[in-house]
Amino acid sequence: MATAKDDKPVNNGVNVEALFGAQEALKNAPEAAKFKWRSTVEWINGTHSRSTIEGFYGLGAEQKHKKAFTFDADHPEVFAAEDHSATPVEIVLAGLASCLTAGVAAVAQARKVQLRSVSATLEAGMDVRGILGMDEDIRNGFDGIKVTYKIDADASPADIKAIVAQSQKRSAVYDIITNPTNVTVEVK
Amino acid sequence: MRTTAVVIGAGQSGLAMSWWLAARSIDHVVLERGEVANTWRTERWNSLTLLTPNWQSRLPGFGYEGDDPDGFRTMPETIAFLEGYAKRVAPPMHTHCPVTAVRRTADGYEVVTAQGTWHAQAVVLATGGFNIAQVPKLSETVPPGIIQLTTAQYRNAESLAPGAVMVVGAAASGAQIADEIHRSGRPVTLSVGEHVRAPRTYRGRDIQWWMDATGLNDERYDEVENLRRARNLSSFQIAGYRDRRNIDLNALMSLGVKIVGRLAGIRDGKAQLSGSLRNLCELADLKQNRLLGTFDQWAAENGVSDSIEPPHRPEPTRVEASPPLGLDFGRAGIRTILWATGFRPDYSWLEVPVLDAKGNLRHDGGVVTEAPGLYVLGLPFLRRRKSSLMDGAGDDARDLSAHLAAHLGARSAVL
Repeated sequence: MATAKDDKPVNNGVNVEALFGAQEALKNAPEAAKFKWRSTVEWINGTHSRSTIEGFYGLGAEQKHKKAFTFDADHPEVFAAEDHSATPVEIVLAGLASCLTAGVAAVAQARKVQLRSVSATLEAGMDVRGILGMDEDIRNGFDGIKVTYKIDADASPADIKAIVAQSQKRSAVYDIITNPTNVTVEVK
Repeated sequence: MRTTAVVIGAGQSGLAMSWWLAARSIDHVVLERGEVANTWRTERWNSLTLLTPNWQSRLPGFGYEGDDPDGFRTMPETIAFLEGYAKRVAPPMHTHCPVTAVRRTADGYEVVTAQGTWHAQAVVLATGGFNIAQVPKLSETVPPGIIQLTTAQYRNAESLAPGAVMVVGAAASGAQIADEIHRSGRPVTLSVGEHVRAPRTYRGRDIQWWMDATGLNDERYDEVENLRRARNLSSFQIAGYRDRRNIDLNALMSLGVKIVGRLAGIRDGKAQLSGSLRNLCELADLKQNRLLGTFDQWAAENGVSDSIEPPHRPEPTRVEASPPLGLDFGRAGIRTILWATGFRPDYSWLEVPVLDAKGNLRHDGGVVTEAPGLYVLGLPFLRRRKSSLMDGAGDDARDLSAHLAAHLGARSAVL
């Protein structure tokens, strides 16, 4: 297990004690561990839409972010759209990147590894003949995602790899992308 | 019938406990549902060998005396070994005596069997941690026509239907069975979840020699960093073959076994496979190398580095660039699915409310604190890392027999 080389306390800005405390508290209150994440969306025009995220449910009660966050999505001009914002699939990549990176910080903190810088580039391949309905054998989604991290930290390369591997193991978005999820879409 | 302590089960744990109870002059009986070593006898496949070398079956008052200390016992040899131990211990034993209920009474416990009911102040559950083969819920959605078997039901490859086989789970059992079935000419697809990679031999010494010499096998349950995780860890991905070959994923792939991700779901007769295979293999490689690093460090600190082979690191697991995310059982010709997805203990006869919501027995190092006088043996990492090995039965039984004796002493002081 890696430890900081000097006596300076490791600080990656993650309150690991609070997370471990939550583990302890939820052990005897499994109902409080059940969360509901929510998002709403409004169509604006063309492929441009705006999602708003504010409330969620957890710890047995309705919760709220500090404020409502909005995320626009659109498609680029090569799709004959107006490119008001990133495409939804790029936002999926951003979600994966943020989830894994938060995990890297938390795992590093738990393992007492000081991070100096963390960056990653993500690339996902897609054959658009799938979404264009040109070939039933081609899926709509990504044919794979490649994430490449660059991490500067007080740890050996093997320990850094282990932190990134553990982050994947505990990542919600990584799980959502790598495993099937039932999706129910209704119209009211 | 009345006795001081009832030991349920006559495997290595129950016999070792009987040895210690006799040594402490505690009156007891050993109740065995079948015969000595019953699980080894009736619930394991034909070619299985112990995963620990012969020298490592050190039981109180008994050990290996043959001329192949580094070999691995076959099932008949394991049964004979435990029969020999039963002769040495000579416990007050009732065989073919399945227990149907254990209940608390005003002054201890009653243990109900077809041969009568025993009343005792203490009960030791030595029925083992590996009784019921666990099968995931998604097994219910396997298309009809595919035969499903568990590791407890599997006997040999030849008795399987001809055709391809999917083995689910890549711990010791799944990897060994995949190896055996594939060699029988039935193409195997192995679905891999979290696994613990390890070489059979490292620097010329057996992995269990290292685990023993470094003290890792003796690491205590109250000293380990994350006990829940340590108890849930799957077994080393190793076999006890005569040629000491590895059965890690690289070895299986070289044989032609198809390695795929965790079975995540079944839809329209097709398997959905998780895209997490690469990370699970990376985790297993990193952990294996960390373990080997621990061995190397110990060797250097204890001055044995020069007398053994130099350190090396096994080739990283060769994961194909884009492992499949789905598998059409029909098109792949899969006739059999073999669930090697772990075992759990059977407490169906235990009428003492000491199980948690997931059916696990709540205990502190084998002492069921909520039910004074009740003890359990043989579960993974019960008191030490070696608790579920044959080699761990003696130390755990000694510790718990001491606790049991103190419990009886405290009671007689009160009475």
